[in-house]
Amino acid sequence: MSRLLARIGLRSIMLFYLAAILVGPLAIVFWRTFEDGLGPAWAALTTPETINALKLTLIITVIAVPVNTVFGIVCALAIVRRRFPGKGLLNAFIDLPLALSPVVVGLSLFLLYGQAGWFGWLSDYGVQVLFALPSMVIATIFVSLPFVAREVVPTLREIGDEQEQAARTLGAGGWQTFWRITLPSIRWAVTYGVILTTARCLGEYGAVAVVSGRLQGQTETATLRVQERYEAFDLAGAYAISIMLALFAILVLVAMTVLRPREEAA
Amino acid sequence: MSILVRNVSKRFGDFTALENVSLEVEGGSLTALLGPSGSGKSTLLRIIAGLEWPDAGEIVISGEDATALRPQRRNVGFVFQHYAAFKHMTVRENIAFGLKVRKRPKAEIRRRVDELLALVQLEAFGHRYPAQLSGGQRQRMALARALAPEPKVLLLDEPFGALDARVRAELREWLRRLHDEVHVTTIFVTHDQAEAMDVANQIAVMNHARIEQVGTPTELYDEPATEFVMSFVGEANLLGGKWVRPHELDLGHAPAEASVEALVERITLYGFDARVELTTSGGEPLTVQLTRERLRELELEQGQIVWVRAESDRVFVA
Repeated sequence: MSRLLARIGLRSIMLFYLAAILVGPLAIVFWRTFEDGLGPAWAALTTPETINALKLTLIITVIAVPVNTVFGIVCALAIVRRRFPGKGLLNAFIDLPLALSPVVVGLSLFLLYGQAGWFGWLSDYGVQVLFALPSMVIATIFVSLPFVAREVVPTLREIGDEQEQAARTLGAGGWQTFWRITLPSIRWAVTYGVILTTARCLGEYGAVAVVSGRLQGQTETATLRVQERYEAFDLAGAYAISIMLALFAILVLVAMTVLRPREEAA
Repeated sequence: MSILVRNVSKRFGDFTALENVSLEVEGGSLTALLGPSGSGKSTLLRIIAGLEWPDAGEIVISGEDATALRPQRRNVGFVFQHYAAFKHMTVRENIAFGLKVRKRPKAEIRRRVDELLALVQLEAFGHRYPAQLSGGQRQRMALARALAPEPKVLLLDEPFGALDARVRAELREWLRRLHDEVHVTTIFVTHDQAEAMDVANQIAVMNHARIEQVGTPTELYDEPATEFVMSFVGEANLLGGKWVRPHELDLGHAPAEASVEALVERITLYGFDARVELTTSGGEPLTVQLTRERLRELELEQGQIVWVRAESDRVFVA
């Protein structure tokens, strides 16, 4: 009896916590957005600046996620399967973006690519990095770097390398072994890594805020646009864009769940 | 399809896994690498497969120097202790893997996989995943997978080590029959001397990174070259500084020439044989193997004092 009570109590606490922290605020945003019907929300979403902001966020995400997926897998393989000098350092550096505030990341990029920075000379050749897409992509890649590697490393450790060795003795080369054995074995870890990376890219604010220059209709991403609308007292606009961001994220989750083939009893 | 290991050495940091090891394995034979854990037997097998690189020495597989060849070019079949099953593939896909990476025609692959499924008696399990198989079935699948590309040699690393005793005995018997049918040069690693004696027609006994002796099971039992082989292969007693096998001892009720006084601790019957465990007056434990007939003649009982005499014995010079 007391165990039942404990279980019910535990569940109530958990649900209340989730409601207060997660569901409540989200529900309010939804409610506020559609308070006056679909019209105002739609109008707020279809201004050229907002469309541009959403487009920009998607473009950055579509570049950053594949880059970090490949990098994350390569890094995880290097950390788990190889021995090389500086491995401990690499392992520690991968977590750096989690420890650093995004604003610091933005500032460091600013120093690196600014007029007096190491790569300041790039603008002499007409390559505009700061206040343009390149710096925003670099900033986003930086802040979303660790997720794939951090998901894949423990899975690689767990599966060990016997299956890969078996593939080798059966005549498979390095690439064949990777595509046919390693990648299928870590696919769920990669999937979760991709989900987390995507979410991080969609939501990135601080680093991009510093390097983008926040030029309306040009270098303003969706999150920057939310802030801009909010400061302009256009709450309906801010809410509508927030909803779009939330929908993107939900879409990614749903897509991953649907794509997920029937999992064989493993 | 012979295998030649010539002066191979391998170190892992401070640990010497193999020290100048040479071994010749005839084509078509079934050889066991027998030794305690840490003796270097698995390392030797993995070096033959190309999964480890020797620090020095050569590996020659059917007359061809394979020392510098990557594992995928050596055409060896390897079976791991823990199966190394491809978990995301069905049994059929597992077995077909070696043929698929060689880009063999589909029809040929299907025929060969059917053949191997029959050989390992897994016809009904082709579409299952490894997780849905028992340990013994998984290991048979791993064997079929290793045999599929028709390897020149088959290497098995403690293949039955993870299985329970009954399945292990079954698979042992089955491996021996398989070898009679397929005739591929086979080396398997084991720490179980009974398993090596039971399955192999040649045994290489390893200890401390070296091969102590190579021979048939009978040779190792009857003419052990070193003290280690004497004590590791088959049972052995140390009686007054001399080595003697349990069946080479006899008991009597009266002192005889060169006999030792001992107390009967325990008598156990094994089919036709009886084992008598004793402690000598010097405090040494002894095991004696007698026929039942002899046991009846002696009217032996627990707690009796008897006289032990060795019919033959050995002294090893270190």
